[in-house]
Amino acid sequence: MRFYEYEAKALFARHGTPLPKGQVARTAAEAQKIAAGIGGPVVLKSQVLTGGRMKAGGVKFADAPADAEAAAKAILALEIKGQKPRGVLVEQRAPVAQEYFAAVTWDGRRKLPVLIFSDMGGIDIEEVAEKHPAHVARAHLSTILPWSAYRAKEAIVAVGVTGDDLNRLIPIVSTLVEVFLRYDLTLAEINPLGKLADGRFLVLDGHVDLEGDARDKHAKLLEELGIGKEETREARPPTAFEIKGAQVDASDHRGVAGNVREFDGDLGLVIGAGGGSLTLFDAIRKHGGRPANYCEIGGNPSVRKACDLTKLILSKPGVKKIAVMMNVVSNTRVDIVARGVIKGCVESGRDPAETIAIFRIPGAWEDDGFTILRKYGVEYCDRTVSMDEAAGRAVAKMARA
Amino acid sequence: MSILINKDTTVIIQGITGREAVNLTREGLDYGTKIVGGVTPGRAGRDVYGVPVHDCVRDITAKQQVDGSIVTVPPRFTRDAVFEAIEAGVKLIVIVTERIPRGEVAQMVELARLRGARIIGPNCLGILSPDEAKMGGLGGPAVNVRRAFKKGPIGVMSRSGGMTTEIANTLSAAGLGQSTAVSIGGDAIIGSTYAELMPLFEADRETRAIVIYSEPGGRMEAELADWVRENKSRLPIVAFMAGRFMDEMPGMRFGHAGTIVEGKADTTADKIERMKAAGIAVAERIEDIPALVKERLRGH
Repeated sequence: MRFYEYEAKALFARHGTPLPKGQVARTAAEAQKIAAGIGGPVVLKSQVLTGGRMKAGGVKFADAPADAEAAAKAILALEIKGQKPRGVLVEQRAPVAQEYFAAVTWDGRRKLPVLIFSDMGGIDIEEVAEKHPAHVARAHLSTILPWSAYRAKEAIVAVGVTGDDLNRLIPIVSTLVEVFLRYDLTLAEINPLGKLADGRFLVLDGHVDLEGDARDKHAKLLEELGIGKEETREARPPTAFEIKGAQVDASDHRGVAGNVREFDGDLGLVIGAGGGSLTLFDAIRKHGGRPANYCEIGGNPSVRKACDLTKLILSKPGVKKIAVMMNVVSNTRVDIVARGVIKGCVESGRDPAETIAIFRIPGAWEDDGFTILRKYGVEYCDRTVSMDEAAGRAVAKMARA
Repeated sequence: MSILINKDTTVIIQGITGREAVNLTREGLDYGTKIVGGVTPGRAGRDVYGVPVHDCVRDITAKQQVDGSIVTVPPRFTRDAVFEAIEAGVKLIVIVTERIPRGEVAQMVELARLRGARIIGPNCLGILSPDEAKMGGLGGPAVNVRRAFKKGPIGVMSRSGGMTTEIANTLSAAGLGQSTAVSIGGDAIIGSTYAELMPLFEADRETRAIVIYSEPGGRMEAELADWVRENKSRLPIVAFMAGRFMDEMPGMRFGHAGTIVEGKADTTADKIERMKAAGIAVAERIEDIPALVKERLRGH
């Protein structure tokens, strides 16, 4: 989960990393006050969870507090890539002599974190690595041996930095690594890390991503930074339909009926499990079907959960039918899912035989499941019908609907 | 033959008194797996389907050889359990638990490397060598396992537990049995990737072809493509790539924790291209896999 720049900086500040004087404002009047407090030139930056702010007009400069107010007003009204800004960060503007880059992220192949340092900051690091490899240093970190600052020193020296700059950079870069390791981050980046005319270094922009599965572990930090439990911080905010889907999943600890995602089609999907859902969603689209949603059921959900998920999907405007499909299941009971989806249809005032385009869940208790489906006249198939074929049958029925 | 486990492999279960673990114990025993003990702190002296429960892994390893451990404890206790198993000398650890932060997974992997142990998972359904043994929930109850998995020459590796069974079932129905099927796990960092398991299949003379199930996210498929090229593998590989729709939806997570498109290298298009360039066949549908495998077996 991505942090806003002001949150990333707040995290760095807690560990003594030097930052420009500044504060986040929610209104233009607040921005004016902050600018007045700083005194002198300021930079105002839109707080959105996306790159390309400068190009979009989300970064402005102001020499006087009144100018800051006008700039903040424009920034707060500006949507960037569909995102309304959370606020505007008002910071002291200082002349920068040189920009550096420091980041820690995961190297999936080596299965270790890697520190990346460059004396060519402010631009795309991939590009620097390609065109000026001597200006990018990498150091892999151990996750079980204690971190030691000399590794940061070696990386900084490797791109040719020495003298006072080296000694000023070591603690900033070393702290970045410590923060990365301590808070289960997937990315901790300072770019640019600015060297001022007077020789001091400041974090001009920061980017922090915290691992979703570590949220509970760092609940206190998130609370202190003002990050709400309901904030998913994904590429797009969840829709009302998706929030209801999460509530269905949370209502009962047995099994999974979750990861509900909204799409704009007419064929509702009750599909699973993780890999099966990906495979089936592709298959539906390949056959020309238009999914109304994505979801994942598995781990033997209760009748109530399968029922509520079905009802939620059927409540979505424009959903004509649902397809109930999974890969050959290991620990999900076919009869329980069958009961749940039929109940969901009935409770929605729909005829299961008409509403369920196809039921394809082979595995444990399938004979019991098939008996129930037969009773309600629902079309079902066993493992001799492939996932792709089942998806094709569902789509064909939609064409006739 | 098989890789990783066979009927002689001795296995323990950490967290054996948990709800899911009790099922794993019964399923494993029914399938013929030698489950010699279990661990749940404070529950020493009890038994689960006749398997004695102990407080510590060393209570078991002190008295007998333990080849493998299935770890199924809550996420916040998993690292400790895995460290305990590794330091007690267990060389094969299957981590079933999901939702473990990758920093902790990396710690387990790093310690395993130092001690010469192998980790499968986390967030996986384990390992299954047909008619030999199974470690983890793969295939479910023994009666269901016997329907889907048959003994034979195909090695299976999959980032999805459920799809491991689907693929094994499809292969079995076409007369292609499996040497060993491995649910490698759905996280961004896992103990053993395709490329890391390839040398084991390569060394197993009974294995004659490999089938893998892939998803968006990570560099595992690129790593496999590189491995195939660099090692001139004798084994033909057929891959299935799910989640193609995700290429158009960067930053959105679907399916498993490791399944997200953040850059071009995460996309299915990029992975398919790399695998094809390395001579790996990519099936469009699961049911196309057997024919592709047979075609390649004839060529060898």
